[in-house]
Amino acid sequence: MTKIGLEIHCQLTNLHSKLFCSCKANYREFEINENVCPVCMGLPGSLPRLNQDAVKKATMIAMALNCSTPEKIAFFRKNYFYPDLPKNFQITQLNIYGNTSVGGEGSIMVGDKKIRITRIQLEEDPGRLIYEGSSSKNQITLVDYNRAGTPLVEIVTEPDFENPKQVREFLNILSDLLENLGVSDPSLEGAMRADANVSIEGGKKVEIKNIGSFHDLEKAVHFEITRQESLHSRDIEIAQETRHWDDRRKITISSRSKEEALDYRYFLEGDIPWVVIDSEIQNKLKSEMPESISSKKERYVSKYDIPPQVADVLSSDKFYSDLFEEAHTDKNAKEVANIITTDLMGLVDTREKREASKITSIHLRDLADSIQSGKISRNSAKNALHEIVKTGNELSQIIKDLDLGNVSDESELIQIVQQVISEETQAVEQAKSNPQTINFLVGKVMQKTKGKADPKLTLDLLKKEIEI
Amino acid sequence: MDLKISALEFANKAKNGDISVEDFIASTLERIQKIDEKLHAFLSVNEDAINQAREIDKKIKSGENVGACFGMPISIKDNMCIKGTKTTCASKMLEEFVAPYDATVISKLKQQDAIFIGKANLDEFAMGLTTEFSGYGPSRNPWNTDCVPGGSSGGSAVSVAAYECIASLGSDTGGSVRNPASFCSVVGYKPTYGLISRYGLISYANSIEQIGPLTRTVKDCAFLLNMITGLDPNDNTTISSEGEDYLQGIDEGIEGKKIGIIKEMMGEGIDPSVAAATNDAVAKLEKLGATCEEVSIDMVKYSVAAYYTITATEAGSNLARYDNLRYGYSFPVEGYEFNSYISKARTRFGPEVTRRMIIGGFVPSAGHAGKYFLKALKVKSKLTKEIAQTFKKFDLLIAPTVPMLPFKIGEKIEDPVALFLVDINTVTANLTGRPAISVPFALSGGLPIGMQLIADSGNDKLLLRAARALETTVSIEENQI
Repeated sequence: MTKIGLEIHCQLTNLHSKLFCSCKANYREFEINENVCPVCMGLPGSLPRLNQDAVKKATMIAMALNCSTPEKIAFFRKNYFYPDLPKNFQITQLNIYGNTSVGGEGSIMVGDKKIRITRIQLEEDPGRLIYEGSSSKNQITLVDYNRAGTPLVEIVTEPDFENPKQVREFLNILSDLLENLGVSDPSLEGAMRADANVSIEGGKKVEIKNIGSFHDLEKAVHFEITRQESLHSRDIEIAQETRHWDDRRKITISSRSKEEALDYRYFLEGDIPWVVIDSEIQNKLKSEMPESISSKKERYVSKYDIPPQVADVLSSDKFYSDLFEEAHTDKNAKEVANIITTDLMGLVDTREKREASKITSIHLRDLADSIQSGKISRNSAKNALHEIVKTGNELSQIIKDLDLGNVSDESELIQIVQQVISEETQAVEQAKSNPQTINFLVGKVMQKTKGKADPKLTLDLLKKEIEI
Repeated sequence: MDLKISALEFANKAKNGDISVEDFIASTLERIQKIDEKLHAFLSVNEDAINQAREIDKKIKSGENVGACFGMPISIKDNMCIKGTKTTCASKMLEEFVAPYDATVISKLKQQDAIFIGKANLDEFAMGLTTEFSGYGPSRNPWNTDCVPGGSSGGSAVSVAAYECIASLGSDTGGSVRNPASFCSVVGYKPTYGLISRYGLISYANSIEQIGPLTRTVKDCAFLLNMITGLDPNDNTTISSEGEDYLQGIDEGIEGKKIGIIKEMMGEGIDPSVAAATNDAVAKLEKLGATCEEVSIDMVKYSVAAYYTITATEAGSNLARYDNLRYGYSFPVEGYEFNSYISKARTRFGPEVTRRMIIGGFVPSAGHAGKYFLKALKVKSKLTKEIAQTFKKFDLLIAPTVPMLPFKIGEKIEDPVALFLVDINTVTANLTGRPAISVPFALSGGLPIGMQLIADSGNDKLLLRAARALETTVSIEENQI
C-alpha cells in the first residue's frame, strides 16, 4: 500500500506585517534587501515582537481544519546555520511540552477520504537564496532578506494519501480554504510550498523536498512511487532518505546530505512569552471567521435554488463568491450566479486577467437586473460583460455606447415584425398550421435587430400579426 | 570642578546654573584622558560630548524644557546599541559593528538629555566576572589597580567609582552588575525581570538577564529607574511600571520588615571579612527595626551549575548570528564554501566565549539534554518555587554580593571552575527573576565589600527603600585613584 504524507508551508500573505517586526509581509514588491529592519536582519540586540494578527490567522486555519487548539501556545528556537537565516536559528513551534503549537489533531474530507492533520504551527520564513553562475565551482550565492520573517503556517498531515490524485484534490481544497479564510493568496509565487513523504508496501519513508509548485508536487510524488515500485519489484531495498526534486529533469535525486543527522537543539524562545488563547478568545475568533465553503454552497442551493454544480464552482473560489455575495439580491441570485459561472469565469481565467479586470459587484447586479427586467438580452449581456471587464464603465453607459438595449418599443418592433412576415410568407403559412415553427420567425426578427429584440414581446407581436 | 557628586546633586546644580554642563563634561573628559589609560574603563569615548553639553547649556539658559539628566555624563556598557556608535561587546567579532539604531534605554535617556560619555569595557559578550575576558584588555579596580574590578560590567563600575562619569548602565545575567558594583564600591541594581526593556541590549542569556544602573547612591539608582523602566512594544517580555516613582518613599525605612539571611550564601569558602561584614549589616538592619533570621534555600547549591547550563545553551543560540555575513569585522566572504567560512569567521571569538559556545552546543543536544539542559531547567523551576515560598515568610533576603574580596588580575583566569563559584550569591536573583541590589558596605584591607538585598518580583520599591536604609548606616572613605 502506498502512503503519502505532506508538509505544507503557507505564507500568510494577507497580513500587513512580518511575524516579528513591522516590515511588510508582502515582500514581493521591494527591491532586493529593501524590506528589512534590525529585527528581521537579526542585528545584535534586536528582539522579536510577535504579530498578534498572525497568531489569530494561524488559529483560524487550525479551526477551519477541525484541529484542537490549545489555550496556551509557545514558540521555540530551531538552531542551525544557513545563509538565508539571519539569526542562524528559526523561531517556530513544537509540541515537546504538550500541545503548544497553534493546532493539531484535525482532519479534512477529500471526497470520501478523511485526511488527518497532525499539527499546525506558526513560524518565520527565511530569506531567499539566489544562485548565480553556471558550474558549481563558479557558482555564487546571493541572499535577499526581504522574505526573512514572513509569517508562515506549516500544516503537517498524517500519511493518509494513497495516490497523487488525492494529493492534488487535497491541495486544491486546502488552497481554496485558505483563500476563503482571507489569510493567504495561494496564487502568489512561493506563497504555498510543500514537501512530501512517500512509502510503499510498508517500506521505509522517503522525504521529497525542494518542490516548487503544487503541480510539480503531484509529479514528484508520482515519480517517487514509480521509482520505489520499480526497486521493490526487483527486491532492492528502499533507503530511508531525503531526496530533492529536480525541477529540470522532473525526477527526484538523493540529497546525500547529513540532514537527518542534524540536531536542532530546540528550546523555548524566551523573548516571546507564552500566548494565551483561552476559550473566550477562541469563540471570538470563531465568530470572526468567514463562512466556510461548504456552508456557502449549501446556502446557495437551498436558498436560491442554484444547481449544486454551479454552487460548487461559485463557493470554492473566493474571488467569485465575494462578487456573488455583494451583487446578489433574493430576486436576482440565480441570474448573478449564472452570469459568473457561464460568462465571467471564461473572461478572467488567469490571475493577471483577474487583476486587470475592472468588474465590480455593482456591474453584476445591474447586469442581472437588466436581464430580468428585459432591458437587455442574454446575448447582449455577454457583450456588455466583456466591455465591463475591459473598461469598468457603467452598464447604462455601455448599453448606450454599444447600442445594446433591447428593442422593447412596440411601435418600433411591430415594423420589423411586419417586415419579416412579408418576407417569409412560406414560414408564416407553416407557423399557422404548426405553431412550433414560429421560433424561426422570432430568430429572423432577432437577426434584424442584432439580438436586441425583446424575445417575449417579439413572440407576442408575431402571434398577434399572424393571428394564431 | 568637583566631579565627585551624585546624579541628583548634578541635576540640581545644572538646573540652577550652579555649574556649567560644558565645564563638567570637559573636566570629565580630562579625567578620563588622565586616568583611563591605567583603569581601562572605556572602549570608546564620545567625541561629540562637548558639543552636546554646549547645546544643553544653551537650553538651560534660554529657559527651554530640559530633560531630567541635564547633560549628566553616563557611561554605557558596550553591549547596548547607540545609533551611529561602535558596539563591540568587547569582542573582536564585532570590531567594526556600528549600531544603526538606539536601544530603548538609550532613546529614553536621550529624551532626558543624558550625555553618553563613552562605551564601557566588559567581559566579551558579558561572559565573565572579572572583565579579564574583554577582547581589548582588562579593566582595573580603582581601589587597587592590581585587582580585578569584577564583571562583566567592569568598565561601568570602574567609570562610576573612579569619577569618570556620574552613572552607568550595565547588564546583569548572573551578577554582572552587582558583582563589579560590589568590587568597586558602587550601587548596582538588577531589577525584576521585564522591568527594563532589553531591546538593543545584545543578548547573552535572554531569559534571565536585565539592564541595570550602576550609581554612587541608592537614590541615584532610583532616579535612573524612573527614566528607563516600563512597557516597551519592542520587547514582549517587559512589564508595566506606570505610575511608579522609585524615589517616592525611599527614606521611609524598614521598621517591622522581616529579612532572611540566606544560609547557603554564607557557607564554606566565604572570606572571613565578608562574613563579618554581613553579620554587621544584619545587626545594623535590626537596629533600624527589621527582624533578621537565617533561612535555607536548598536549591541554591545547584544554582551555579544550572546557571551555566542554561546560559551556555541560550548563548550558543544567541551568538549563532555572528557569522560575519552582514556585519562584524573585515573578512570577505568571497571564495568560501558556507560552512568553512562560518568556522573560519567564528574563530574571532575569545577563549571564554568559545568555551561557552562549545558547552552550549553540547548540553542541550539530543541525547544529552535530559542529563544537562532539562535538569538545569528543573533546578531553575524548583529554585523559583523555593524563593516564592521564602517570600511568603520574608519581605527581603540578605547575603553578601560576592563571598570574597576582589582578587588579583590573572589569579583565577586559568581556573574557570573556580571563577564560576564567584557567582554563587548572585545567580539566584537571575534564575528566579527577582530584583536584587548591591550596596557598598565596608572595606577590608582597602578592598570593597558589597551587601546584597533581594526582594520578591515587583517589589523593586521596597528593595530600594531597604537599600537606602542600609546605605545610611555606611560611611566609606573615597578611593585614591
